[in-house]
Amino acid sequence: MLSNTEKELIVQIWDKMIPVAEDIGSEALLRMFTTFPKTKTYFSHLDISPRSAHLLCHGKKIVQALAEGARNISTLTTTLAPLSRFHAYQLRIHPTNFKLFNHCILVTLACHMGENFTPVAHAAIDKFLSAFSAVLAEKFR
Amino acid sequence: MVEWSDSERSTIASVWGKINVDEIGPQALARVLIVYPWTQRYFGAFGNLSSATHGRTVLNALDKAVKNLDNIKGTYSELSQLHCDKLNVDPDNFRLLADCLTIVVASAFGSALSPAVQATWQKFLSVVVAALSSRYF
Repeated sequence: MLSNTEKELIVQIWDKMIPVAEDIGSEALLRMFTTFPKTKTYFSHLDISPRSAHLLCHGKKIVQALAEGARNISTLTTTLAPLSRFHAYQLRIHPTNFKLFNHCILVTLACHMGENFTPVAHAAIDKFLSAFSAVLAEKFR
Repeated sequence: MVEWSDSERSTIASVWGKINVDEIGPQALARVLIVYPWTQRYFGAFGNLSSATHGRTVLNALDKAVKNLDNIKGTYSELSQLHCDKLNVDPDNFRLLADCLTIVVASAFGSALSPAVQATWQKFLSVVVAALSSRYF
Protein backbone atom coordinates (compact mmCIF):
# COMPACT_ATOMS: atom_id res chain seq x y z
CA MET A 1 0.00 0.00 0.00
CA LEU A 2 1.46 3.34 -1.02
CA SER A 3 0.52 6.59 0.66
CA ASN A 4 0.16 9.76 -1.43
CA THR A 5 3.44 11.07 0.02
CA GLU A 6 5.17 7.89 -1.07
CA LYS A 7 3.69 8.09 -4.56
CA GLU A 8 5.00 11.66 -4.94
CA LEU A 9 8.41 10.65 -3.63
CA ILE A 10 8.56 7.78 -6.12
CA VAL A 11 7.72 10.07 -9.05
CA GLN A 12 10.33 12.61 -7.88
CA ILE A 13 13.04 10.00 -7.67
CA TRP A 14 12.31 8.33 -11.02
CA ASP A 15 12.01 11.68 -12.80
CA LYS A 16 15.58 12.40 -11.67
CA MET A 17 16.68 9.05 -13.10
CA ILE A 18 15.32 9.69 -16.61
CA PRO A 19 18.26 11.86 -17.78
CA VAL A 20 20.69 9.17 -16.56
CA ALA A 21 18.50 6.21 -17.53
CA GLU A 22 21.31 4.46 -19.44
CA ASP A 23 23.75 4.72 -16.54
CA ILE A 24 21.33 3.65 -13.83
CA GLY A 25 19.74 0.84 -15.82
CA SER A 26 22.97 -0.64 -17.12
CA GLU A 27 24.58 -0.42 -13.68
CA ALA A 28 21.66 -2.21 -12.02
CA LEU A 29 21.84 -4.95 -14.65
CA LEU A 30 25.61 -5.29 -14.30
CA ARG A 31 25.29 -5.51 -10.50
CA MET A 32 22.72 -8.27 -10.93
CA PHE A 33 24.87 -10.25 -13.39
CA THR A 34 27.91 -9.96 -11.12
CA THR A 35 26.21 -10.78 -7.81
CA PHE A 36 23.76 -13.36 -9.18
CA PRO A 37 25.51 -15.01 -12.14
CA LYS A 38 22.56 -17.30 -12.91
CA THR A 39 20.65 -14.24 -14.14
CA LYS A 40 22.99 -14.07 -17.13
CA THR A 41 21.26 -17.13 -18.56
CA TYR A 42 18.47 -14.87 -19.78
CA PHE A 43 20.83 -12.68 -21.76
CA SER A 44 22.86 -15.11 -23.84
CA HIS A 45 21.66 -13.28 -26.96
CA LEU A 46 23.15 -9.94 -25.89
CA ASP A 47 26.59 -8.51 -25.20
CA ILE A 48 26.32 -7.74 -21.49
CA SER A 49 29.88 -6.64 -20.86
CA PRO A 50 30.20 -3.41 -18.83
CA ARG A 51 28.98 -0.33 -20.74
CA SER A 52 28.29 -2.35 -23.91
CA ALA A 53 25.82 -0.83 -26.36
CA HIS A 54 23.33 -3.63 -25.60
CA LEU A 55 23.60 -3.14 -21.86
CA LEU A 56 23.17 0.65 -22.07
CA CYS A 57 20.21 0.33 -24.41
CA HIS A 58 18.51 -2.35 -22.34
CA GLY A 59 19.18 -0.50 -19.09
CA LYS A 60 17.67 2.66 -20.54
CA LYS A 61 14.49 0.83 -21.61
CA ILE A 62 14.05 -0.60 -18.13
CA VAL A 63 14.47 2.73 -16.33
CA GLN A 64 12.10 4.43 -18.76
CA ALA A 65 9.48 1.72 -18.15
CA LEU A 66 9.92 2.16 -14.39
CA ALA A 67 9.55 5.93 -14.70
CA GLU A 68 6.39 5.44 -16.77
CA GLY A 69 5.04 3.07 -14.12
CA ALA A 70 5.89 5.61 -11.40
CA ARG A 71 3.75 8.22 -13.15
CA ASN A 72 0.86 5.76 -13.45
CA ILE A 73 0.99 3.88 -10.17
CA SER A 74 -2.78 3.62 -9.79
CA THR A 75 -3.15 2.04 -13.22
CA LEU A 76 -0.10 -0.22 -13.30
CA THR A 77 -2.01 -3.22 -14.65
CA THR A 78 -3.26 -1.31 -17.69
CA THR A 79 -0.07 0.68 -18.24
CA LEU A 80 2.12 -2.39 -18.08
CA ALA A 81 -0.20 -4.80 -19.94
CA PRO A 82 2.05 -5.17 -23.01
CA LEU A 83 5.18 -5.62 -20.85
CA SER A 84 3.28 -8.06 -18.69
CA ARG A 85 2.34 -10.20 -21.70
CA PHE A 86 5.90 -10.00 -22.97
CA HIS A 87 7.39 -11.22 -19.68
CA ALA A 88 4.84 -14.03 -19.39
CA TYR A 89 4.68 -15.44 -22.86
CA GLN A 90 8.01 -14.58 -24.39
CA LEU A 91 10.62 -13.97 -21.73
CA ARG A 92 9.31 -16.52 -19.22
CA ILE A 93 11.74 -15.47 -16.51
CA HIS A 94 11.65 -17.46 -13.27
CA PRO A 95 9.77 -15.08 -10.94
CA THR A 96 12.40 -15.10 -8.19
CA ASN A 97 14.64 -13.10 -10.49
CA PHE A 98 12.48 -10.01 -10.16
CA LYS A 99 13.49 -9.74 -6.51
CA LEU A 100 17.17 -10.06 -7.39
CA PHE A 101 16.94 -7.28 -9.96
CA ASN A 102 14.86 -5.07 -7.66
CA HIS A 103 17.54 -5.40 -4.98
CA CYS A 104 20.23 -4.35 -7.46
CA ILE A 105 18.15 -1.35 -8.50
CA LEU A 106 17.97 -0.34 -4.83
CA VAL A 107 21.75 -0.73 -4.44
CA THR A 108 22.32 1.37 -7.57
CA LEU A 109 20.00 4.10 -6.29
CA ALA A 110 21.75 4.01 -2.89
CA CYS A 111 25.17 4.41 -4.54
CA HIS A 112 23.99 7.36 -6.59
CA MET A 113 21.78 9.09 -4.05
CA GLY A 114 23.97 8.55 -0.97
CA GLU A 115 22.30 9.86 2.16
CA ASN A 116 19.31 11.04 0.09
CA PHE A 117 18.35 7.40 -0.22
CA THR A 118 16.68 7.63 3.16
CA PRO A 119 14.89 4.69 4.81
CA VAL A 120 11.57 6.28 3.81
CA ALA A 121 12.65 6.61 0.17
CA HIS A 122 14.04 3.06 0.26
CA ALA A 123 10.75 1.68 1.62
CA ALA A 124 8.68 3.56 -0.97
CA ILE A 125 10.81 2.44 -3.91
CA ASP A 126 10.95 -1.15 -2.63
CA LYS A 127 7.16 -1.24 -2.39
CA PHE A 128 6.84 0.29 -5.85
CA LEU A 129 9.27 -2.22 -7.37
CA SER A 130 7.39 -5.10 -5.72
CA ALA A 131 4.10 -3.85 -7.13
CA PHE A 132 5.70 -3.34 -10.56
CA SER A 133 7.17 -6.88 -10.61
CA ALA A 134 3.89 -8.37 -9.42
CA VAL A 135 2.17 -6.87 -12.46
CA LEU A 136 4.95 -8.10 -14.75
CA ALA A 137 4.53 -11.62 -13.32
CA GLU A 138 0.71 -11.51 -13.26
CA LYS A 139 0.10 -13.51 -16.41
CA PHE A 140 2.71 -16.18 -15.67
CA ARG A 141 0.03 -18.73 -14.78
CA MET B 1 33.02 -25.69 2.67
CA VAL B 2 33.09 -22.16 1.34
CA GLU B 3 36.04 -21.26 -0.85
CA TRP B 4 37.46 -17.75 -0.75
CA SER B 5 39.90 -16.52 -3.36
CA ASP B 6 42.72 -14.22 -2.26
CA SER B 7 41.01 -11.37 -4.04
CA GLU B 8 37.73 -12.03 -2.19
CA ARG B 9 39.54 -12.14 1.15
CA SER B 10 41.20 -8.83 0.54
CA THR B 11 37.96 -7.25 -0.74
CA ILE B 12 36.09 -8.31 2.38
CA ALA B 13 38.89 -7.05 4.64
CA SER B 14 39.02 -3.78 2.75
CA VAL B 15 35.25 -3.15 2.89
CA TRP B 16 35.16 -4.10 6.57
CA GLY B 17 38.09 -1.81 7.31
CA LYS B 18 36.13 1.17 6.01
CA ILE B 19 32.92 0.43 7.87
CA ASN B 20 32.12 2.47 10.97
CA VAL B 21 30.57 -0.21 13.15
CA ASP B 22 28.95 2.26 15.53
CA GLU B 23 27.10 4.03 12.73
CA ILE B 24 26.43 1.41 10.08
CA GLY B 25 25.01 -1.24 12.42
CA PRO B 26 22.29 0.93 13.98
CA GLN B 27 21.51 2.49 10.58
CA ALA B 28 21.03 -0.90 8.96
CA LEU B 29 18.80 -2.18 11.73
CA ALA B 30 16.72 1.02 11.80
CA ARG B 31 16.27 0.67 8.06
CA VAL B 32 15.07 -2.95 8.35
CA LEU B 33 12.44 -1.92 10.88
CA ILE B 34 11.13 0.80 8.51
CA VAL B 35 11.35 -1.01 5.18
CA TYR B 36 10.12 -4.37 6.53
CA PRO B 37 7.82 -3.36 9.40
CA TRP B 38 6.98 -6.94 10.41
CA THR B 39 10.52 -7.22 11.82
CA GLN B 40 9.42 -4.85 14.58
CA ARG B 41 7.81 -7.88 16.22
CA TYR B 42 11.24 -8.82 17.54
CA PHE B 43 11.85 -5.43 19.13
CA GLY B 44 8.44 -4.49 20.50
CA ALA B 45 9.42 -5.07 24.09
CA PHE B 46 12.63 -3.07 23.83
CA GLY B 47 11.88 0.25 22.19
CA ASN B 48 14.16 2.36 19.99
CA LEU B 49 17.21 2.32 22.21
CA SER B 50 17.70 -1.37 22.02
CA SER B 51 17.58 -1.58 18.25
CA ALA B 52 20.53 0.82 18.09
CA THR B 53 22.40 -1.34 20.59
CA HIS B 54 21.49 -4.45 18.67
CA GLY B 55 22.73 -2.86 15.46
CA ARG B 56 26.17 -2.49 17.04
CA THR B 57 25.98 -6.02 18.47
CA VAL B 58 25.23 -7.44 15.02
CA LEU B 59 28.16 -5.61 13.42
CA ASN B 60 30.51 -6.72 16.18
CA ALA B 61 29.45 -10.30 15.51
CA LEU B 62 30.15 -9.75 11.81
CA ASP B 63 33.69 -8.84 12.82
CA LYS B 64 34.08 -12.41 14.09
CA ALA B 65 32.96 -13.71 10.70
CA VAL B 66 35.46 -11.46 8.89
CA LYS B 67 38.24 -12.79 11.13
CA ASN B 68 37.14 -16.44 10.69
CA LEU B 69 36.27 -16.63 7.01
CA ASP B 70 37.18 -20.30 6.87
CA ASN B 71 34.88 -21.34 9.67
CA ILE B 72 31.94 -18.96 9.74
CA LYS B 73 29.53 -21.83 10.35
CA GLY B 74 31.39 -22.97 13.48
CA THR B 75 31.89 -19.42 14.69
CA TYR B 76 28.14 -18.75 14.51
CA SER B 77 26.91 -22.06 15.89
CA GLU B 78 25.90 -20.71 19.29
CA LEU B 79 24.47 -17.49 17.85
CA SER B 80 22.34 -19.58 15.53
CA GLN B 81 20.98 -21.66 18.39
CA LEU B 82 20.27 -18.49 20.33
CA HIS B 83 18.31 -16.90 17.48
CA CYS B 84 16.34 -20.12 16.96
CA ASP B 85 15.68 -21.42 20.46
CA LYS B 86 15.55 -18.29 22.59
CA LEU B 87 14.78 -15.41 20.24
CA ASN B 88 12.55 -17.38 17.83
CA VAL B 89 13.52 -15.25 14.84
CA ASP B 90 12.31 -16.40 11.42
CA PRO B 91 15.60 -16.87 9.54
CA ASP B 92 14.12 -15.36 6.37
CA ASN B 93 14.54 -12.05 8.18
CA PHE B 94 18.34 -12.44 8.32
CA ARG B 95 18.45 -11.96 4.56
CA LEU B 96 16.45 -8.73 4.91
CA LEU B 97 18.99 -7.34 7.39
CA ALA B 98 21.82 -8.42 5.08
CA ASP B 99 20.16 -6.59 2.17
CA CYS B 100 19.64 -3.42 4.23
CA LEU B 101 23.24 -3.59 5.42
CA THR B 102 24.37 -3.75 1.78
CA ILE B 103 22.23 -0.74 0.94
CA VAL B 104 23.54 1.30 3.88
CA VAL B 105 27.08 0.43 2.82
CA ALA B 106 26.17 1.42 -0.76
CA SER B 107 24.90 4.83 0.42
CA ALA B 108 28.11 5.39 2.35
CA PHE B 109 30.57 4.05 -0.24
CA GLY B 110 28.96 5.24 -3.48
CA SER B 111 30.77 3.95 -6.53
CA ALA B 112 33.46 2.37 -4.32
CA LEU B 113 30.91 -0.42 -3.89
CA SER B 114 31.49 -1.51 -7.48
CA PRO B 115 29.50 -4.45 -8.92
CA ALA B 116 32.46 -6.77 -8.23
CA VAL B 117 32.85 -5.57 -4.65
CA GLN B 118 29.08 -5.84 -4.11
CA ALA B 119 29.14 -9.43 -5.38
CA THR B 120 31.92 -10.43 -2.96
CA TRP B 121 30.32 -8.58 -0.05
CA GLN B 122 26.98 -10.28 -0.72
CA LYS B 123 28.67 -13.69 -1.00
CA PHE B 124 30.15 -13.05 2.44
CA LEU B 125 26.79 -11.98 3.89
CA SER B 126 25.01 -14.99 2.39
CA VAL B 127 27.51 -17.30 4.10
CA VAL B 128 26.85 -15.48 7.38
CA VAL B 129 23.08 -15.77 6.89
CA ALA B 130 23.39 -19.48 6.11
CA ALA B 131 25.51 -19.98 9.25
CA LEU B 132 22.95 -18.14 11.39
CA SER B 133 20.20 -20.31 9.92
CA SER B 134 22.16 -23.56 10.33
CA ARG B 135 20.95 -24.55 13.81
CA TYR B 136 17.26 -24.25 13.03
CA PHE B 137 15.53 -27.60 13.23
